Amino acid sequence: MTMTAAVVTAQCPVLDCDPYTRENLMDPYAMHAELRDAGPVVRLSKYSCYAMARFEEVHAAMNDWQTYSSASGVGLDDFRKTKPWRPPSILLEVDPPLHTQTRSVMSRVMSPAAMRQKREEWQVKADHLVDDLIARGTFDAIADLANVFPLRVFPDAVGLRPEGRENLLPYGNMVFNSFGPRNEVFLESVANAQPVVQWIMDQCRRDMLTPGGFGAQVFEAMDRGEIDATQAPILVRSMLTAGLDTTIIGIGSMVYAFALFPDQWDNLRREPALLRPAFDEVVRWASPVQTFFRTTTRDVEVAGVTIPEGEKVLMFLGAANRDPRKWSHPDDLDIRRATTGHVGFGTGIHGCVGQMVARMEADVVMTAMLKRIKAIEIVGEPVRHLNNTLRSLASLPVRVIPA
Amino acid sequence: MPKIIYETHDGQRIEANAAVGTSVMQAAKAAGIDGITAECGGSAMCATCHCYVDEAFLDKLPEVGIVESEMLDCAASERKATSRLSCQIKMSDDLDGLLVRLPETQV
Repeated sequence: MTMTAAVVTAQCPVLDCDPYTRENLMDPYAMHAELRDAGPVVRLSKYSCYAMARFEEVHAAMNDWQTYSSASGVGLDDFRKTKPWRPPSILLEVDPPLHTQTRSVMSRVMSPAAMRQKREEWQVKADHLVDDLIARGTFDAIADLANVFPLRVFPDAVGLRPEGRENLLPYGNMVFNSFGPRNEVFLESVANAQPVVQWIMDQCRRDMLTPGGFGAQVFEAMDRGEIDATQAPILVRSMLTAGLDTTIIGIGSMVYAFALFPDQWDNLRREPALLRPAFDEVVRWASPVQTFFRTTTRDVEVAGVTIPEGEKVLMFLGAANRDPRKWSHPDDLDIRRATTGHVGFGTGIHGCVGQMVARMEADVVMTAMLKRIKAIEIVGEPVRHLNNTLRSLASLPVRVIPA
Repeated sequence: MPKIIYETHDGQRIEANAAVGTSVMQAAKAAGIDGITAECGGSAMCATCHCYVDEAFLDKLPEVGIVESEMLDCAASERKATSRLSCQIKMSDDLDGLLVRLPETQV
């Protein structure tokens, strides 16, 4: 008798939960726990896709672009099977070598050095805004702060004209919705954004962009032959799509987090040197971008489960960032936590290219608040804004106690 | 397991073991080494994991990528011929004993 080695293929757990219902968009945390506990990789029957929600697997997959491709789209739609609803992003929805080319242009334009040059100007604007809000005492941290500050600095930095900047918000909201299914939340956002689509495309033209701004710098890269004439406006479009909603949510989440965890605000006031890591902890805790898809380029084994080639895999960044296998007391904000490696900005070659912009915006707002505000109190029911990809608040009534 | 030696700006040496495939940045963070900030967590976006690689190991490393090079130009401390982002160096047995020197500041 001969012994044959048994090939053990683990069963992939199949779940019928739907991440895109209003209930789960409103409060995803119970579903996140269910997904993580079900296994390292699961199958979502509702969308015929695979999903990962544990930190280890999400982090590893996001760092393996060769296996987990972005080129078939980072939403539920598979560009190989259905026509993309808009010309795909040449940054987010491509793989190397094209990605390397476009990314290097964008990472230079929004580099740490470029951001250091903005600090002084942005700090003055943040100080003014926070002074005004303290004078009011009670205000809406979303409508009066989070929505206001990025709109005061980012469109100027890109080099947009003054008229029509409010159009940026419905467009971004629609694009982030489009990564999910064609549900009600998506269709509502399309209806809201339809009138602004042409305006967005028009702002990506070279003659519309102020010299010296981020947008004009993209066209200068075209002049140097680093990208071509069709690519430059699409890269500017990426800035307009991804640069505003996300930073607004970052700042709104920051206020919400410190209002919910006042001891952490006290700690930060005592140790202001922790400001930048504290913002990363906010991004881990809040995960403004909750999910992105990848598509497998080959049969790949994950913890004994084989995901066949050509399958969509939903990466739960928000669930990975609160995985108790990785983080102790993951639901708590802890500004002294070692957050390096969190996936709130994504990770790997597609890690957010504008993250230094987001960090600098948050840095100057937090710097202004830390000097002036002793405590932040929630004085009304926070209201959620639902989006298939982004997790944010529509309203957060607060009172601030001056320092 | 291959070993990495981190030399801080004031000349103190700290050794850390790093599994094959781990980045020099990740190993530094795991060992709690202060001189590596790594704000972006390894996406070559922040230039705060800058290090100077000892000459003896330079030609064992893959070439500096174009995104990495953009970032090194932004580093808070002077860029030298030996400058690398530690997040872009993956450990291998070949790199056992790798000596990296940490810059004066990362921010």
